[in-house]
Amino acid sequence: MHLDMTLFLFLAFIAITLGITAWASGRSKSSASFFAAGRSITAWQNGVAVAGDYMSAASFLGIAGLIAFFGYDGFLFSVGWLVAYLTVLLIVAEPLRNAGKYTMADVLAYRMNPRPVRAMASLSTLTVSTFYMIAQMIGAGSLVALLLKGSGISFTVAVSGVGVLMIIYVVFGGMLATTWVQIIKAVLLILGTILLSVLVLAHFHFSFYEFFQAASAVHYHGPDGKEVVKDFMTPGLRFKLPYGPLELISLGVALIFGTAGLPHILVRFYTVPDAKTARYSVVWAMVIIGSFYIMTTFLGFGAATIVGRDFIAKNGGTNMSAPLLAKVIAGDVFFAFICAIAFATILAVVAGLTISASTSFAHDFWTNVIHNGVERKAGEERNVARIAAFVVGAISIAIAIALGPTANVAFLVALAFAVAASANLPVILFSIYWKRFNTTGAVTGLLFGLVGSIVLILIGPSIMGIDPPGTAAAARHAIQHVPIFPLENPGILSVPIGFFGAILGTYLGKVDPRAVQRFEELEVRANTGLGSEKASSH
Amino acid sequence: MASQNPVDNTSAPGKTKWDRVQEMDEFRLLILAKKEFVIPATVFFVVYYFLLPILVGYAPALMSRKVWGAVNWAYLFALSQFFVAWAIAFLYVNAAKTFDKYGAHILETLKKEGYDDRQDGKEGL
Repeated sequence: MHLDMTLFLFLAFIAITLGITAWASGRSKSSASFFAAGRSITAWQNGVAVAGDYMSAASFLGIAGLIAFFGYDGFLFSVGWLVAYLTVLLIVAEPLRNAGKYTMADVLAYRMNPRPVRAMASLSTLTVSTFYMIAQMIGAGSLVALLLKGSGISFTVAVSGVGVLMIIYVVFGGMLATTWVQIIKAVLLILGTILLSVLVLAHFHFSFYEFFQAASAVHYHGPDGKEVVKDFMTPGLRFKLPYGPLELISLGVALIFGTAGLPHILVRFYTVPDAKTARYSVVWAMVIIGSFYIMTTFLGFGAATIVGRDFIAKNGGTNMSAPLLAKVIAGDVFFAFICAIAFATILAVVAGLTISASTSFAHDFWTNVIHNGVERKAGEERNVARIAAFVVGAISIAIAIALGPTANVAFLVALAFAVAASANLPVILFSIYWKRFNTTGAVTGLLFGLVGSIVLILIGPSIMGIDPPGTAAAARHAIQHVPIFPLENPGILSVPIGFFGAILGTYLGKVDPRAVQRFEELEVRANTGLGSEKASSH
Repeated sequence: MASQNPVDNTSAPGKTKWDRVQEMDEFRLLILAKKEFVIPATVFFVVYYFLLPILVGYAPALMSRKVWGAVNWAYLFALSQFFVAWAIAFLYVNAAKTFDKYGAHILETLKKEGYDDRQDGKEGL
């Protein structure tokens, strides 16, 4: 019964979003409308869309699951996800909107020798987007395979379906369709989360006191089969000494510095008419994102107390906590609704990633690196982006299917944030705020950050580790060796490496008088909006 | 290296509008006002945020002390992060109204002096 309902709701979402894509395709003729929705998106629309881009399946399913299994330590994830937006608001959003056109690299290359800087920035954008996307698609595939068990829809079909849909949104509807897909999804996600939270509170007679009391005594069975009672309100269930606290700090560094370097979030600020609107849209996003992450308290502790760890572990594992909570608390129809929201969430995030990756390829790499900044004929850049979206989508589908539903992909998201924090952010900051910064510094900063974070992940516990005999093949570590770097998230070391690379390169390179002179110009642009890209009229 | 850029007119003789803005008092005040808000606010939120994992990680016993029913300091501190972030955002939006005023004034002065905002707007991108 819930199967038909889930399918029906999901098909309804697809029908509506395809309708929007058809509407948007008529309005995506020019480059500015294809890449930046004609810079016509309002503050609240962009705020909701930013929230939609950001609240991925990792948040909705992942964090709820972490709280359900590890209590308070899971909630610590929620905090960093919101606070990170202060970096976006205070430091990055407005200068970026004022001084750029379509991509983050517009600002990076502004003062520099554009070809090497854009090539590196494009590489790092594609790396971040692809890793993030593969993680989302594997999540989507395993979710579908789990939820629709017995319906004949396999992992491969599910991944391909998600991939094809996202290609259609991006290729035909451009940024305008992608934005509206995000908005619809974010509204659905918030509605579902509010409903679920109210139901959880109702279960505890609308008494916060009772709710937290229940969370302080959670029963479950340990690996040895004995029943344990744990206070889920206390820290330390997941992050234990010696490395636990460092791991938390490292994650915090990656989040606080990484969010402001995520290409699919940054491109959203080009869709609004001016910097002031960009500012208000961040505030809208913060209100929505903050409310959502506070409510993960109810989702997570609710699942821990009402559903129970034992039941979740037997019925799909941590990621199924929120959907199972819906099922236990309100029955099959609500379960179907929550499942459909989870699909919509993944689909929308993947579409957002695809458009930022293909924009960067077309605008940074094709036009500016290969063709030296000249679009040979009108609309070429847009057509290249469409082809790139198709290719990016196809590659992600292929990799996701090859890795399979049981692959451990959590490190891919950590990697995406770490690369964004270590490679992109130092260079964005120095481009806007450091006069002496030059081309060599930008290239070495991007390179050090990118290579540093990838290498630290490769020699860390996500990839290296010694598994006990009998571990399932898919869950085994790729390298059977004691991890050389002890932390899963490399932020605490890779972000300083990125900054170091940028500073080192700057001083090794010559003082570039043009970069210094253009700094004055960039400073005026970034702070006043003088000469910024205006909204196009439809 | 200037020849690398196909549309580079910053080396043209005479004063560009960028030079003109750089020497305006309003512009210096704008940069100063921004720095006065953004630097302390950033330092504050970064310190306040990292206190959470540090205290929770290295002083779990202290943070586990109960305040109200089962609610302990650890949870309250985590929850406070959301409200502090919102408060800083609110203060920033308020402070930014001053930035916007300076910005509008600068653009107005430029227009009066005959500089065209649309001119060379797409340069270098």
